[in-house]
Amino acid sequence: MTTFTAKPFELVCPAGALPALKAAVDNGADCVYTGLKDNTNARNFTGLNFDDAQLREGIRYAHDRRAKVLLALNTYPQTATWSRWTAAVDKAADFGVDAIILADPGLMEYAKTKHPQLRLHLSVQGSATSYEAINFYYEQFGIQRAVLPRVLAMPQVEQVVKNTPVEIEVFGFGGLCVMVEGRCALSAYVTGDSPNTVGVCSPGKAVRYEQTPEGMETRLNGVLIDRFAEGEKTGYPTLCKGRFEVNDETYYAIEEPTSLNTLELLPQLMDIGVKAIKIEGRQRSPAYVAQVTKVWRAAIDLALKNRQGYIVREAWMAELNKVSEGSMHTLGAYYRPWK
Amino acid sequence: MKLALGPLQYYWPRQQVLDFYEAIAATPVDIVYLGETVCARRHELRVQDWADIAQKLAAAGKQAVLGTQTLIESESDLKTLRRVVDEKDFLIEANDMGAVRLLSAEKRAFVAGPFLNIFNAATLNMMARLGATRWVMPLEMSAAVLTDLQAARPAGLETEVFAYGRMPLAFSARCFTARHFNLQKDDCQFKCLEFPDGLLIRTREGEEFLTLNGIQTQSSKVYNLIGEVDAMRDMGVDILRISPQSQHTPALLDLFRRRIDGTLEAEAARSEMADLGLAEPCNGFWHGKAGLEQIAAQAGAR
Repeated sequence: MTTFTAKPFELVCPAGALPALKAAVDNGADCVYTGLKDNTNARNFTGLNFDDAQLREGIRYAHDRRAKVLLALNTYPQTATWSRWTAAVDKAADFGVDAIILADPGLMEYAKTKHPQLRLHLSVQGSATSYEAINFYYEQFGIQRAVLPRVLAMPQVEQVVKNTPVEIEVFGFGGLCVMVEGRCALSAYVTGDSPNTVGVCSPGKAVRYEQTPEGMETRLNGVLIDRFAEGEKTGYPTLCKGRFEVNDETYYAIEEPTSLNTLELLPQLMDIGVKAIKIEGRQRSPAYVAQVTKVWRAAIDLALKNRQGYIVREAWMAELNKVSEGSMHTLGAYYRPWK
Repeated sequence: MKLALGPLQYYWPRQQVLDFYEAIAATPVDIVYLGETVCARRHELRVQDWADIAQKLAAAGKQAVLGTQTLIESESDLKTLRRVVDEKDFLIEANDMGAVRLLSAEKRAFVAGPFLNIFNAATLNMMARLGATRWVMPLEMSAAVLTDLQAARPAGLETEVFAYGRMPLAFSARCFTARHFNLQKDDCQFKCLEFPDGLLIRTREGEEFLTLNGIQTQSSKVYNLIGEVDAMRDMGVDILRISPQSQHTPALLDLFRRRIDGTLEAEAARSEMADLGLAEPCNGFWHGKAGLEQIAAQAGAR
């Protein structure tokens, strides 16, 4: 572990693989978060993540440039394969990552006992939405940071911050889970692959695109998620973002294919004492990571320097909209009427 | 094996709830979970009303358990949580780690609910050390994974399995029922009252898919482990949980009771219950498959 001076507010960026890690660090990330090439993390996608050599190289690259590396081990281990997760914790300590991001209490207990010096972050997959829940993990395992699920309105985030010694990290930008993370079995229900245990949602192997007379159909394990008319942009069939029928009305019954973007809330988040902002997207390209990191770095630097004078620059929004899912963005649950 | 009735997931008018539990008192159920576990806006019954029902059920020889809200967002949610935990006459089902914190701080025995994500022996043992005397398997867990946990389970800890009903699959800050009516959650007009078994989502080719229940999303299919009762007994499962629906719940409890007692064969049970469910059955999770699948009895034998 490295000991850098604590920053007042950290930008935490996704590093699906080494090129994205470098892109994030080069463009001003304070921390990057990574995963191993297996189901120990919630972005267990083909072609993503780090083997041992890549992880060592990533840590070296980041530390040389005074950025931290976090390792997400945020799926729920099962008894038969328990040792894969504990070995990953051991590796994190051995390689010198700056913190591990965990969801499972049993694994936290292991980490705390075996590697008391290793910094623990509570993953969003831990579904801790109140200070009572976060303080449970603090008392039991000494977690130093918690990532909030994307369900709380601004005053609720503030209430959490005020009532816990644990640093609070929130999602600022990227794909939007409309469900409480860690409490969603929709993908398991439809495909058998679960975010909780396998680390995937709506996995590519279950996806089928079919051109039919009624339009382009997208299916997940045979279930029709959406149908696109000619000229409509075909979206990936994330199962909560399809169009369905309720009482003979066809609409996005759960959520539109939209991205979270909280640039305009940044000074407020700083004011209420949030310590870090997380960018979603370990499955996204290095170009995406570079683009988004650069914009958020500029925004954070401006807000840190001049909170009152902060305004969201049009150029930032234009850059971010280019890479947003469905080219739409929302304030999500931070903005109460969204609920 | 004991039989439990899970918490009421839906929002029914007050009198309907009172009548429902009066009928439940006369059924062969052993344990009844009570309380509002889904949405804080639902107020036909307050905590005190649930405690009153619990008293009556206890007088009828049932073990009454009060459940805590699964998704806690506001300070007012926490107030309700503390209010539930203050009910010291009853066992409490903890549905989030905040509840676990409050209960373990008071050294109270509790039920570790199905949304705590207990997937391995280390976490299960920790819950027992913190005071859990019973745990409910996560709905998405398979029989194979449960077998490993049963082998590692600490003495005196009961295992409960969700065995019948539409499955609560996800929780959100957003209310999908209000959204259907273009209403905001804060002004939902309590539309859930109109849907005693939830609001069905179909795919664009008319296939039943999910059920909207306020902030909760359920399966459209009914999880049904009636064919696995013997297997669960062999694995040392202590309690089977049936989830309330607006019709036929007493009949379903009676049927599971007879199946547990061995006076009703699985095949006969299946045909007897064919008309009692809200939709077609599924059991994929138990067999380690996609939850919506239905695996035939023999093929599923483990």
